[in-house]
Amino acid sequence: MQYQSQSVAKLYFIAAIGLFLGQILFGTVIGAQYIWGDFLFPAIPFNVARMVHTNLLIVWLLFGFMGAAYYLIPEESETELFSPMLAILMFWIFLAAGAATILAYLLVPYATLAEITMNDLLPTMGREFLEQPTITKIGIVVVALSFLFNIGMTMLKGRKTVISMIMFLGLVGLAVFFLFSFVNPHNLIEDKFWWWWVVHLWVEGVWELIMGAMLAFVLIKTTGVDREIIEKWLYVIIAMSLITGLIGMGHHYYWIGTPEYWQWWGSIFSAMEPIPFFMMVLYTFNMVNQRRREHPNKVALLWAQGTAVMAFLGAGVWGFIHTLAPVNYYTHGTQVTAAHGHMAFYGAYVMIVLAMISYAMPLLRGRVANSNKAQVVEMWSFWLMTIAMVFITLFLTAAGVLQVWLQRYTDAPMGFMAVQDKLEIFYMMREIAGIIFLIGLGTYIYSFFVGGEEEATA
Amino acid sequence: MSEVFTKTMARNIFYGGTTFFFLLLLALTFDTMSVLPERDHRENITDQVILGKKVWEDNNCIGCHTLLGEGAYFAPELGNVYTRFGNSTDAIKGFIMSRPKDGIPGRRSMPQFNLSDEELSAVAEFLKWTSEVNTANWPPNIQG
Repeated sequence: MQYQSQSVAKLYFIAAIGLFLGQILFGTVIGAQYIWGDFLFPAIPFNVARMVHTNLLIVWLLFGFMGAAYYLIPEESETELFSPMLAILMFWIFLAAGAATILAYLLVPYATLAEITMNDLLPTMGREFLEQPTITKIGIVVVALSFLFNIGMTMLKGRKTVISMIMFLGLVGLAVFFLFSFVNPHNLIEDKFWWWWVVHLWVEGVWELIMGAMLAFVLIKTTGVDREIIEKWLYVIIAMSLITGLIGMGHHYYWIGTPEYWQWWGSIFSAMEPIPFFMMVLYTFNMVNQRRREHPNKVALLWAQGTAVMAFLGAGVWGFIHTLAPVNYYTHGTQVTAAHGHMAFYGAYVMIVLAMISYAMPLLRGRVANSNKAQVVEMWSFWLMTIAMVFITLFLTAAGVLQVWLQRYTDAPMGFMAVQDKLEIFYMMREIAGIIFLIGLGTYIYSFFVGGEEEATA
Repeated sequence: MSEVFTKTMARNIFYGGTTFFFLLLLALTFDTMSVLPERDHRENITDQVILGKKVWEDNNCIGCHTLLGEGAYFAPELGNVYTRFGNSTDAIKGFIMSRPKDGIPGRRSMPQFNLSDEELSAVAEFLKWTSEVNTANWPPNIQG
């Protein structure tokens, strides 16, 4: 750590990991509810547990992105953070608002929550991933603006690099497109149309800029490859991400009342969305092969390579298999979608945040890298979580294919619930994989408490 | 990448490409907005349908169901539930009303939301309106 104020990142990373654990615990709850339908009913109905699972994911990734920015921006800008105090204050506000929202989901019926938070004044609740009370959404905007102000001011007074510019652009985009969460017309079709301006333009748009910047930063630091080379790759990759991804939005507009021409635009452009992810794999492995130093933090590099590969598989390959309109006609809204969602989020966004934490956390704790012993434990957690996620994805894909076969791609379609009964074996195996993922996460958390000889060499 | 292809060129492709395709997205959005009225039959969005959407949102129905294929995959698709239930809003109301408070042992069950008759009618009308949207012939069959 070169600048004292980078230490605020540590708070954000610790909160991110804590909320990650909560996310996975609730993941195992909803996984169980897929097998035993009455599990925890009516105390924690499926919709509540799922909302906790998905909202915690979003919140902890945001903590991860903010922590990454607070670490990376001062170092890139070669100056102290504009206001560490503001960063700490916003941390506590965001954590308190996030925790209060999650607790409210669990303790109060959702309709009551909508009532007491006066949702009718500006109705934004009750839409997938945007379930937060309007007051929480306003809080997110305030936190995001203060955060952007803080890192923006830091960049202004220091060196401007491609990495910091792309990171900033991605984060500005994140804040801007979140504003569409306040758009909720009475017309469901218009509501759905603009809803994707948050969801798609986040995960298949501006978040890829954030991911690209974080990956480039970790690669520069751990491989010692010339910045010029890495920055050129970064530009090309994010150019391809947005060139394919902006019109790729069309793949969400096939069947929700929007015109049929989206089937062409969406199919053609989203079929190209794997390209930037494939380039990311080439680039990451190229940079590692051309490395000019042996960084003692081996596990950070493992996460960096892992995120490239898993993002390509999850977002690229698993996205492609159901993105063409004639295929999506049958797979839309089935377990195939769930399979893709799991691996894409893990590969692209969970792993990049963990790569960043893995690189930065030892430095924040006053060492170049963790002891060999601690790194080995963390590598175990990498493989446990990653392999578990591969199996979760495979089992959900199998469930999805069978679901399509029985319910949709047939002359004698079975009813939804009858089909679900037939999928039980896959849900069972998915749950086992989920528990292994939880064990992997436990191993990951444990790795922070493994001592051993410090690696002193840089 | 070779020296012929410079970082400046890469940067220009990024900014130029992003701007171009964002403008294309805006153009397609304007066109979509202009043709949507013929497809969503917004003339049929009554106060009751509006209330129905509010009931739908206030009870987080999307947390279990899909609606036009979007949402959670735990419970049946509801975009065409009106036709699946024999073009009957009463059947929809009856189903929602009849959910046991403590669930069904060993099985998935919809919670009992204790909706008023006005709310029940509204959510049924909302689902009826949704079933009449032109969705390019999706879902593939009545089972959703």
